[in-house]
Amino acid sequence: MNDMCHPPGLAAAEPFTPLHYKSATKPIWCPGCGDYTVLNAVTKALALVQRPPHEVAVVSGIGCSSRIPAYTSCYGFHGVHGRSLAAATGLKVARPDLTVLVASGDGDGYSIGGNHFLHACRRNVDLTYIVMDNHVYGMTKGQASPTTEPDWDSKLSPGGTGVRSFHPLVIALAAGANFVARAFAGDQNTTADIIAAGIRHPGFSFIEILSPCVTFRPEQKEWKNLTHPAPVGPTDDAARAAKRIMTDDGFNIGVLYAGHRAPYSGGPGAPTRSLQEMESAFAL
Amino acid sequence: MDASLTSEARPQSAAPPTPSTPQKTQAFSAGTPTASTALESISIAIAGSGGSGVMSAGNWLLEAAARSGAYGLMVKTMGPQIRGGEAAALVRLASSQLESLDDSFDVLLAIDWQNVHRFADEIPVKPGGLLVCDVDGGEIPEVFTRSGARVLSLPLKKMAKASGSWINMLALGITGALAGLPVEALEQAVRTGWTRGEEALQTNFRALREGMAAAREHAPQARRIDPQQGKRWLVSGNEGAGYGAIRGGVRFVAAYPITPATEVLEWLAPALVEAGGSLLQAEDELASINMIIGSSFGGVPSLTATAGPGLSLMTEGLGLAVAAEVPIVVIDVMRGGPSTGIPAKSEQSDLSFAVGGLHGDAPRLVLAPSSISDCIETTQWAVELAETLQSPALVLSDQFMGQSRAIVDAPQLPEPKGKRLVAEANTPNYKRYGDTPSGVSPMAIPGTPGNTYTADGLEHSETGVPSSQAADHARQLDKRARKLMRHDYGNRWADIEGDGPLAVITFGSAAGPVREAARRAAAEGVDVRTIVLRLIAPLQPAAMAKALEGVQRVMVVEQNHEGQLLRYLRGVADLPGRPAGFHRPGPLPLRPADICTALREWAQAKEETK
Repeated sequence: MNDMCHPPGLAAAEPFTPLHYKSATKPIWCPGCGDYTVLNAVTKALALVQRPPHEVAVVSGIGCSSRIPAYTSCYGFHGVHGRSLAAATGLKVARPDLTVLVASGDGDGYSIGGNHFLHACRRNVDLTYIVMDNHVYGMTKGQASPTTEPDWDSKLSPGGTGVRSFHPLVIALAAGANFVARAFAGDQNTTADIIAAGIRHPGFSFIEILSPCVTFRPEQKEWKNLTHPAPVGPTDDAARAAKRIMTDDGFNIGVLYAGHRAPYSGGPGAPTRSLQEMESAFAL
Repeated sequence: MDASLTSEARPQSAAPPTPSTPQKTQAFSAGTPTASTALESISIAIAGSGGSGVMSAGNWLLEAAARSGAYGLMVKTMGPQIRGGEAAALVRLASSQLESLDDSFDVLLAIDWQNVHRFADEIPVKPGGLLVCDVDGGEIPEVFTRSGARVLSLPLKKMAKASGSWINMLALGITGALAGLPVEALEQAVRTGWTRGEEALQTNFRALREGMAAAREHAPQARRIDPQQGKRWLVSGNEGAGYGAIRGGVRFVAAYPITPATEVLEWLAPALVEAGGSLLQAEDELASINMIIGSSFGGVPSLTATAGPGLSLMTEGLGLAVAAEVPIVVIDVMRGGPSTGIPAKSEQSDLSFAVGGLHGDAPRLVLAPSSISDCIETTQWAVELAETLQSPALVLSDQFMGQSRAIVDAPQLPEPKGKRLVAEANTPNYKRYGDTPSGVSPMAIPGTPGNTYTADGLEHSETGVPSSQAADHARQLDKRARKLMRHDYGNRWADIEGDGPLAVITFGSAAGPVREAARRAAAEGVDVRTIVLRLIAPLQPAAMAKALEGVQRVMVVEQNHEGQLLRYLRGVADLPGRPAGFHRPGPLPLRPADICTALREWAQAKEETK
């Protein structure tokens, strides 16, 4: 049997269920990892938007979270560390007909891929970027990431890095992301709703998902008690959104900003010149 | 074309002056030690400080020559300043196609001498050559007068000021007359692309004619180039590479600006839109290569262009394209290295990196255009091969080929062929990385129902599931190596001329001076076979063995310090005898005379005892 098998094609009228977006490949994640529920939320979100799996591409880099594409029945791209946004940008610009999700983690997305994050926000290509943030490098077994607290002790940085942590949501706003949200892996349904809203929103949608690492950050199990719905709905005023995000407790869940910036407009079009006409520029 | 050239006033003698019988009226001599066998050509350098319009003058001169039935090329050379630094247009014209600069220059026209002495090594003036300069331009740098060249001082600035024209128009008139070009062709070259008013144009035309008259008065023995019939193109290697990419089917480009590759991208930006595609300016080269991998994963043939520093950043992406079997093309317009090196000067020193510079066992395609005009066909071929073999293809161009403009015979370009093998919808038991006899397995394009898979840079099973098992690793390594080795590359892998027992192997822009040197050597009785590699990796052992049949000794010629091609070939090919190397780094071009001398000495030397 094909070890990548997925449910057979459906009749056009039949709606897609979350199960249609799941592959048979067994995740390598630790028991209790938040990424399992993120995977469930992704498949639920895709069922909400009802795009057939073969018209969806899930693109990732390297890390625990980046294993997610192969666990879906969509087209997947598991590239190199930190470059998921670049690969997804090329794919979406060249193939605007596809729905493109990008999956990353706090190391992949904010550290090695930090520059691409800034430019993806400002470029505003119609992508949905979910970052499973657990404030730790899990795959390499427990080092500090850009979102790790400065005093978190690890073998690589005994006593903590002493470096202040990165605030991805504010940076995304400042760089021009068109949709900014925070989700919590433990609340699958809300996360699915937020991802679906991000897919539907034009331009670059950034969703930071608090996804506990029970192996290296067991204290994150507390997140289920700390997270709560954002007290107000999204704003389209970036300054107001930034102020809210910078002053909240870090556990506000929901869509925090939804802007109206026009998405990136480059991409394919109808040819207007033949090869012969192009050659004429060289001919004497 | 023919008529317009012959209508021009000319010296009585149709034959160009010969070095053995110098005439008193001769402005400059074609005399070089090998002149009797040298290609008849005229080399003119127009130099000055930035803003004096030397590049425009050079371009007009080249275009006028093209309109007059001549062949030629123009190389730009500049100081490191972005604007306002010293600059020179190096133009060589002949009645047959040119691929190289000559050993030295017949004419150096300096609009001013501001820092022009820095070009002393790049613009060696022939002993019988001519220096044209402004009367009030100050002392001529000794490095130029040392050769014994004649000096023609003209009141260039005063003439321009008096007529209200541009000084480079005088330069164009003078050099145009010295090259024996007709006024009509010079005027037509200027008129094309003229954006100002007709009155200004006529004022400048008067200056152009004044320049021509001054040249004829003081240096009446103009060189003449026999006009040749036939359709011509005027193209730079960078433009040609861009056009070849589109011909090959490229419809998406992501790139980061870098000297000397930027012109490829600037040419492609509007052209891709016209072809129905698009170009995206990325934030860095890490992004650009991953963007084209993403777009190609989406089924769209994709390319980027860069130079050495960008290629260094792209290595992780190249490895990903190998492992995930995603077709991409990377044009590397090589410049002096390592590191930032010499950005605006040519060198063939990225070869070792191109053939070997990835971690893991990572077979890839490495190609090199064999001339400026071949940048078109080789880039097109690179796209076809990348698509057919689902592999990254590197195209090694260089600053000389990329930024030089040449008058070439309109190329007979092959129809693009070679497509990506794609999976049909709902293929039963679909295996993206199936271990097929050819090594090429059908690629499912997103949007195709029933064949979804995950492309992966992790080692994987035939279906694409990550695997660290020995059998999967061995199977995929074999598959990826086999698809490149088993492909039939036909006879495009190299251009082979001659059949002597001595063979010179070279690639890229070194091919031009090698071919010219081989022709000179042949005239001296030294027959040399030339093998210009177009497909460097994977090298074809059987084809190479056939090309070397009857060869006793091999010399490898290239423009780098370490002899990178020589080292590579010693590793992958059976070369007869003890291979010799002629390798020099940039930034000075390889000169035909130096290669010819090396060939002569090499041919005379007895083969070393084994």
